[in-house]
Amino acid sequence: MSAIQPSVAQDRSKQASAPVGGSAPNAVGSVGAPIDYLLHLADNAVVLGQRNAEWCGHGPILEEDIAMGNVSLDYIGQARLLYQLAATRLGGDVTEDKLAYFRDDTQFRNYTLLELPHNGPLVGYAVSNRDYATTITRNFLYGALMVLVWEALEKSPDADLAAIAAKSLKEARYHLHHAADWLVRFGDGTDESHQRAQAALDHLFAYTEEFWTPSAAEEAAVASGAGVDVRSLRAAWDGIVNDTLTEATLVRPEVRGYVTEGKHGRHSEHLSYLLGEMQGLARAHPGATW
Amino acid sequence: MYTQSFSVPDNAGQKSARTPSTENPELMAAFDARIDADGRIEPQDWMPEAYRKTLVRQISQHAHSEIVGMLPEGNWISRAPSLKRKAILIAKVQDEGGHGLYLYSAAETLGTSRDQMLEGLHSGKAKYSSIFNYPTLNWADVGVIGWLVDGAAIMNQIPLCRCSYGPYARAMVRVCKEESFHQRQGYEALLVMMQGTEAQRAMVQDAVNRLWWKCLAMFGPPDADSPNSAQGMRWGIKRISNDELRQKFIDATVPQAKVLGVTLPDPDLKWNEERQHHDYGQIDWQEFWNTVEGNGPCNKERLATRVKAHNDGQWVRDAALAYTRKQQQRAQKEAA
Repeated sequence: MSAIQPSVAQDRSKQASAPVGGSAPNAVGSVGAPIDYLLHLADNAVVLGQRNAEWCGHGPILEEDIAMGNVSLDYIGQARLLYQLAATRLGGDVTEDKLAYFRDDTQFRNYTLLELPHNGPLVGYAVSNRDYATTITRNFLYGALMVLVWEALEKSPDADLAAIAAKSLKEARYHLHHAADWLVRFGDGTDESHQRAQAALDHLFAYTEEFWTPSAAEEAAVASGAGVDVRSLRAAWDGIVNDTLTEATLVRPEVRGYVTEGKHGRHSEHLSYLLGEMQGLARAHPGATW
Repeated sequence: MYTQSFSVPDNAGQKSARTPSTENPELMAAFDARIDADGRIEPQDWMPEAYRKTLVRQISQHAHSEIVGMLPEGNWISRAPSLKRKAILIAKVQDEGGHGLYLYSAAETLGTSRDQMLEGLHSGKAKYSSIFNYPTLNWADVGVIGWLVDGAAIMNQIPLCRCSYGPYARAMVRVCKEESFHQRQGYEALLVMMQGTEAQRAMVQDAVNRLWWKCLAMFGPPDADSPNSAQGMRWGIKRISNDELRQKFIDATVPQAKVLGVTLPDPDLKWNEERQHHDYGQIDWQEFWNTVEGNGPCNKERLATRVKAHNDGQWVRDAALAYTRKQQQRAQKEAA
């Protein structure tokens, strides 16, 4: 957590009101996280919630179907709280659903990792079977990050964000526990499960580089004192990941080259499909109440 | 959710559930006495083989219905038009999975494994509720399933909370609480839509038109054509007849439809002062049996999807078992 710099937040609050999804101001008064930062956190949650819910009714075993539904439900719940907070601060007629359903893919600020389908590297319009190893590996890599993010944000001077963080932290700990348990079972299970888990790790690991290069919203959040500097979490994340991979007898892949930029609004081919499906019905009936 | 189980024999094997004469007469007399006294039968108690088989059939069909029933509603999770409705729907579908879990567990107390029951489902031998063999074509189907399908389920299931078999009765207490919640959620979602735009109201009416008759059929064939019912009544597994439950459901639903502002698609539906019940039109039983026998609009898709999920998940279950075995071996080595 960086030092509190309320003046930065208050300076930002004097800026003109921005359109939904842009760099919008905070509520006037106490230290508030920048809107784009809240949207980054909310978009992460809604996109991964949407993805994980794709398993509903198709899980590998009934208990796991129920568990993954629960994980998804937690993410949708987190997204709602964060969008509601952003909507309140934006004011006017902005609602959680306007933020989730009526922003385009380029306005979404989620990590690219979270929008990928549950399979190996394939182009946007490719169709493939879902692979549970991909799902679990992603939930593990992201879950390890979010435990650390929420632990830090729980102490945020933005009291609303801190309250959301406290609730989300409990959920994130469960998500990490769940994903890590399965990753170890896969890695140290059968030859097939080991192979699938290693392939998922090889596919997904490069996307985690995006965690460590702060976006403008994250930098503003740090400057305001309300956010957390992601770079400060890297050593702890490495520790969690390395320990679990060792237990799972999996090899941490080396990463080099392109770093994804979803949190800057530059996404993979997959997000527009995901949002097309998620937003289609709501957009076909603008102004309707559900 | 519910299955029309008592009236629909599985394809494999089971003839009508008559008490076999080979049972020990003393044990049989004690069993009958307990049933007559409205007592509970527990897993460790002696029970006639036909009673056990009938229960396994009914409870497993019920469990299968919950699991297959996740699919038609799951069809709308990704497209739910608000985050609130998305969360409600995920939680609801998850509840159905939970019902499946405790029902499979209740059936396991009768000596049948979950794998055996799933094998019955996947091979097409075991039935599940036919209502899930119809497509969910617009968002209002989700609300109508809550209101009417779960509403019909509750009518069927409340008497099962007093079922003579203890584990089933106890599972049903919890299932009924959740179903009752689902029904109110579904109705509330429809109320909001009916107060919305013309297009939203049209969705609700369309969903009601498609699902109304299917819901009435959920209660099973008329009593006169329900050969298993009498034995079920005798054993305290079934408490109220198909026709009685159907009538009760119709009488309860008509005023709800009025408040909602939808038309139930039956020109013969009207109050009969003399009977103090609503009269209603003819249910298309041929269509019902076609669907039960596997030839409805979605039977093949539903079953193939369940089979695929199970087969695709095999390596996950294998990994969990292999890991557990390795852990046990390591623990034994350390202990040695």
